[in-house]
Formats: sequence, structure tokens, C-alpha cells
Amino acid sequence: MRRALPGVNGLMLIGGLLTAWQILFEIAGENALAPPIATFRYLGQLLGTADFWSNVAATGMAFLFALMLSLMLGLLIGLAFGLHRFSGEVAEPMLVSFYSIPKITLYPIVLLAFGIGMPAKVAFGAIHGIVPMAIFTMTAVRSIRPVLLKTARVMRLTQWDVARSIIIPSALPEIFTGIRVSFALTLIGTLLGEMFGSQRGLGYLLMTAIGLQNVRMIMAVTLLLVLFAATVSVTLLAVDRRLHHDAT
Amino acid sequence: MSRATRIRIALTIVAVLLVEALCRFGAIDILTMPPPSIIALDLIRLLASGKMNDAMLKTLWNVVAAFGAAIIAGVVLGVAIHSQRALRRSLEPLFATYYAIPVFAFYPLLIVLFGLGDAPQILIGFMLAVVAVIMNTLAGLDRVSRVLLKTARIHRLGPIETALRVTLPCATPYLLTGVRLAVAYAFIGVIGAEFIMSNTGVGYEISFAYNNFDNATMYPLILLIILISVMLNAALSYWEHALMQKRGYR
Repeated sequence: MRRALPGVNGLMLIGGLLTAWQILFEIAGENALAPPIATFRYLGQLLGTADFWSNVAATGMAFLFALMLSLMLGLLIGLAFGLHRFSGEVAEPMLVSFYSIPKITLYPIVLLAFGIGMPAKVAFGAIHGIVPMAIFTMTAVRSIRPVLLKTARVMRLTQWDVARSIIIPSALPEIFTGIRVSFALTLIGTLLGEMFGSQRGLGYLLMTAIGLQNVRMIMAVTLLLVLFAATVSVTLLAVDRRLHHDAT
Repeated sequence: MSRATRIRIALTIVAVLLVEALCRFGAIDILTMPPPSIIALDLIRLLASGKMNDAMLKTLWNVVAAFGAAIIAGVVLGVAIHSQRALRRSLEPLFATYYAIPVFAFYPLLIVLFGLGDAPQILIGFMLAVVAVIMNTLAGLDRVSRVLLKTARIHRLGPIETALRVTLPCATPYLLTGVRLAVAYAFIGVIGAEFIMSNTGVGYEISFAYNNFDNATMYPLILLIILISVMLNAALSYWEHALMQKRGYR
């Protein structure tokens, strides 16, 4: 068992989680949980309806915009603070503190500023995603070996060449980890945004399902979200590992 | 005080003054957000009136419960998983993707399972916090040098004694990172859950005030939560940093 195939661990994990779910269902009963097979089937049914897809599309759009904002702004902030060491030193604790605030409490302010709808959702998603992206990028740029930058200066490389041939290649693995974390948090942010300030989307479906105690719907939407998040995450993680491996 | 700290404080003051000016000159509508000075005064008034004591106490207890459970379970599970290589390898994908899963999506299920009491909120805080503790415990245990473990074996320490005397003290700086994250996550989880659906607690009071357009209660409470989480985070970071320096890391 020492050298199991990489896929085997994943399968064992999925099997374990499904078994735990079934056992929990047997204990908790039908009013509290839906069993795995029924949930998959109901999700399949939902995916056959146009209305459900329009909700998925609403969430998808908001998430995509929020993610683009998070990644681009985070990257810019991180690069700036990473390259200018002193301002980074000033900013880092501020970024970390912002990261630790329960951002959900800021939601009323976002809503008052943007109104109910798409912009508020996007803003709320981006609030969650920008900071981790910035922190990871900053750390990545800072930990570039000074020797490399000195060599570049000796060789009289232009700013652009330095960025292209030194900063990006050596910071890429860490930046990619930032993308992975930022992806996850932006998704949570967007969904939370939809739960309170939206008339469309998966978050809204979840919130109405809570109100109606519609356990099947709650479980099906949760399952879809978990499947999506886990699939993307595992893919990103695989790329992440390869980048880190290549770098060392 | 270092130069960076002084600049940081100055920047914060400038930012607050800027918002104050924007509010006072009407660039930000008074209905959207009152000026920071008024928020601060409202907060003092709110705290003095004692209206929020019950809600604050309740939130605090839930955070403490979630945090405590996460630390104990996280360290125990971390140590256990660390000793089982096969188990660790099969759990690794779960840890790596865990924070991509919107844990709040499980909150409705927890309400159905446990009712609308404290349990679902504590559980959400616990679920968010525990994995950070496990991951940092694992990272900390990875850094314990072989020599120390061999020394422990030479002195014939049992597994529990080895853990208490060698491994855990060695891993402390990393454990502390886990603790800091656990505090933040327990706060985020409990207050988020209260905000989504509950009938008591600071998160609930904020969403209640929001639904009633009661800015004089909402903004001070938001400020309170921001202040508490920033101060806790700063204190723990400071401690962590000091410990790291003492150990010669960084």
C-alpha cells in the first residue's frame, strides 16, 4: 500500500465520504437528510430544467467577474508591495488583519453602496478573493533570490526583461497557490452575496430552500457546489504541485 | 515603534479622516453611512446602555466553544494523522480542497439536524477552524528534527510523553499559526451563521438592524466586530512572531 496510485487515494476518500453520508442519513432520518443516491438523482432532474440552469448561469457570471477582479487586483497589489519592500512591510499586517475580519458583517455596507443585484454580488466575491491573492503574490515576489535580481542588473536587463525572465518564472508557483486560494474564497463570497442580496442564483435557491425546509433542494445545490469546487480545486492543486516541483 | 508601524498608524488615521470628510461633505450619503466619529460615539453609547450584552456574551461563548473544540480536536487529529502515513496521503486531497467548499452551504442542513439553537453555529465555526489547526499541526510536526525524536527514543519516552515533551513544544510556532487562524475562522463561522439565520447573537443583531434600516445600531456593531478581530489577530501575530524569533526562525 506504500506506493498506491495517485487516483486510488482519491477514490478511497470519495468512497469514505459517501459511506459517511449514508450512515449519517440512517441515523438522522429522512426529515433531516436526503440519501446520496436520491440526491444525485434529484440533482440530475434539476439539471434537466431551464430554470435551474438560469440560476447556475447567474451565479457563474457573478463568480467569473468577481474572480477576474480578485485575481487582477490582487496580482497588481501583490506585485507592487512585493517589489517595493518598505511599502510591503507597512501593508502586510493590514492585509492580514483584513483577511481575519468576518467579512460577512461588511455585507450590509456593500449592499447599501451597490444596491441589490449583480454589482453587489461581484463586489462581495472580490472582497473575499483580493486579499489572499495579494498576500501570496507579495510573498512570492519578495522571496525571489536577490542574486537573480543582481545578475539582471549586472547584465543590464530592461525592466520588461526582468519581469519576463526572472520575476514571473520564479514567483509563478507561489502566485498559482494564491490563485487557488483566491478561487475558493471568491466562490464563497459570491454565494454568500447571493444568499442575502439577490433574486437569482444558487445562493438565492439555497436561501429559499432553507425558508421552505426543502431538504432535497438544499442537498442537491450543496452537492453541485461541492462537486464544482472540489473538481476545480483538485485540478488547480495538480497544476500547483507540478509548478512547485519544477521550480525546485 | 518601528517606522513601518508609525506609517501604518498614520495611514489608518488618514483613511478614517478621509471617510469622515467624505461623509461630512455629502459625498457619501448620510443614509448610506454615518461619519466614523458618529459611529464611534454610537458604539460607546450602545456598549454603555448594555442592550447588546446578552448578544455579545452569547456570540463570545459560541466562538470560544467552536475555537476550543477545534484546537483540541485539531491537535489530536493532527498528531494521529501524522503518525499514519497512508491515512495522511488519502486525506491530503480533502485538506487541499476543504477551504474551496462553501461550508456555510451546510448551515441549513445543520439547522435541520440540530434545530435553531447554538449547536449549528458552533459546528460551523468548528468546521471552518478545525482543518486549519490540523494542517498547521501537520506542518509543525514535519519540522521536528529527527535528532530530537531519536533522543526521545534513547531516553525511552513513551509516545504520549514524546508528544508532550518533544514534538509539541518543537512545533509550537506552527501550532500558534493554527491557533491564530482558528480564532479568525471561529469568529467568521459563528458570526456568519448568526447573520444567515438565528435569533440571537451579534451577527443576528447586525442583520436585524440592517433589515430595519437602523444604521445607528448596525454600523457600531460592525465596527465592534472589526475592532475585536483586528486586535485579536494583531496580538496573536505579535506573539507568534516573538516566538519564531526566539527560536531563530526568520
